[in-house]
Amino acid sequence: MRKLKEFLIEKLILFCGLASIFFVVLIFLFLLKEGLAVFKTVTPPQFLFGKSWYPISEPPHLGILPLILGSLMVTLGAALISIPIGVACAVYIAEVAPLKIKEILKSGIELLAAIPSVVLGFIGMVTLVPWIKSIFHLPTGLTALSGAVMLAFMAMPTIVSIAEDALYSVPKTYKEGALALGATHWQAIHRVILPAASSGIMAAVMLGIGRVIGETMAVMMITGNAAVIPHSILQPVRTLTATIAAEMGEAVVGSEHYFALFAVGIVLFVISFIVNVGADLFLHKKEQ
Amino acid sequence: MNDSTVTDCPASPALKLKKRSRDPVLTQRLAFAFLFVSTLLIIVPVGLIIVIIVQKGLPGITWQFLSDIPRQGMRSGGIFPAILGTIYLVSGAIVFALPIGLLSAVYLSEYARGNFLTRLIKLAIVNLAGVPSVVYGLFGLALFVTFFKFGASILSGALTLGIMILPIIITASLEALESVPHSFREASRSLGASRWQTIRYVVLPNAISGIITGTILGLGRAAGETAPILFTVAAFYLPQLPGSIFDQVMALPYHLYVISTQVPNVDEKIRYGTALVLLAMVLFMNLAAVVIRCRFRKKKKW
Repeated sequence: MRKLKEFLIEKLILFCGLASIFFVVLIFLFLLKEGLAVFKTVTPPQFLFGKSWYPISEPPHLGILPLILGSLMVTLGAALISIPIGVACAVYIAEVAPLKIKEILKSGIELLAAIPSVVLGFIGMVTLVPWIKSIFHLPTGLTALSGAVMLAFMAMPTIVSIAEDALYSVPKTYKEGALALGATHWQAIHRVILPAASSGIMAAVMLGIGRVIGETMAVMMITGNAAVIPHSILQPVRTLTATIAAEMGEAVVGSEHYFALFAVGIVLFVISFIVNVGADLFLHKKEQ
Repeated sequence: MNDSTVTDCPASPALKLKKRSRDPVLTQRLAFAFLFVSTLLIIVPVGLIIVIIVQKGLPGITWQFLSDIPRQGMRSGGIFPAILGTIYLVSGAIVFALPIGLLSAVYLSEYARGNFLTRLIKLAIVNLAGVPSVVYGLFGLALFVTFFKFGASILSGALTLGIMILPIIITASLEALESVPHSFREASRSLGASRWQTIRYVVLPNAISGIITGTILGLGRAAGETAPILFTVAAFYLPQLPGSIFDQVMALPYHLYVISTQVPNVDEKIRYGTALVLLAMVLFMNLAAVVIRCRFRKKKKW
């Protein structure tokens, strides 16, 4: 009797162990199930590179190039801001900060990670957006730049904590060796520790960018949501994620618009899959 | 420093380093200043955000605000249905995610061998954690709302949030289980306990703090997310309280989104007040997790 009970429990554990794989596959299948139907009306190249997104006009224009470019512009902007600052902050926490300040800084970063994105979006709307409007004398502060700054901020916890882990796991002897040869602390960081931690830092950057691409609420609230091909970072843009969040509520189930939004979901899923697998490869390279 | 002082011993690696930057001490100072400023650029805004929300939100927090339903198209009254809705959703998500997540962690820590399958599971967890939150919303819409015909309901929303926080719970529980020393298991097995008995009576009790911490962090994440509940449960405006798990509810994060972008002329006090309640809820959970972690760490016997 007890043997049977244990047998059942162990099977249940195995079953739950496979749950993650099951859910990833399930998510992908259901996105495909609802999203692939859009390719009855448009071809994949038309969908990916079509220049206009008018999903409810007759006939609908379902080209997501403006959305891809919107996401790309915001993501690039956020990466340019967050990578140097985030890695610098990680180096400061891992190498320079005194022990007591280190703990405070770490909890500050954790705090930032805990703030819900809709709260950050709200704060962005009431602070950042008016600032950008007045600094650049724009008709509206809801621009790609506002989104990039906010997203850079939101990517920080990911970049800082993973990069700090990578720096921390560099063997102490490397640093001691460099110092013993007469290098200053900064020379040891710059020429020895950073290169040794480079694959972990790469993973940190990739995961940070992954976070940025997938971010939805804050970006929807402060980038202005204009689904046109952007020409400048001071224009409103609309990202892939914001498009789904803003339009799914109005899309009729089973319409072309509905299928197209799921197809946008497939694009996002594939991007996040590539980013995460890539980052995982970098992290495992470090282990070898 | 001029070049003549550097040339007398060119073979030394330290001097090679020196040659590239004229004054290493000055370079170090500049570099550290840059690192410090970068850190401030992250930490100071975090503090400012909290201060602004608390300062502007606190005057709006009254008993009536917390316990009343929204009135006059959400321009006055309270946010009670949204608070309650978020509590329902978060509880539902955890009821679903905790057993699966915990057992999944048990599998990885106690049963899995270091083979291809284990690698695949870990990769799946990483991917699950990285899927954009709005894609979870689409998935919930396709699977729970449409395919299972649950409609936009607490059930659909809670299940969607549950799958979203699964990786958080698995990762935290796994870490807790793996930190239990191997000798504990060996001692238990050598006394004749079976594998499951060892897990049940030795490993799990010793890992409980880490598991609780992970669960609370998952709760905090679920409470703050908006995108997954957009199409699966959240109601724009619903003054009455839900009667069953097949009803829609209002939820705090979505309510904040609605009153700050969709409804014009909402009093600033209400907007900041809502932001403060949401922030306080999430930060309280994170704080609780930290406190539990610290308290158990002190008690640890190994």
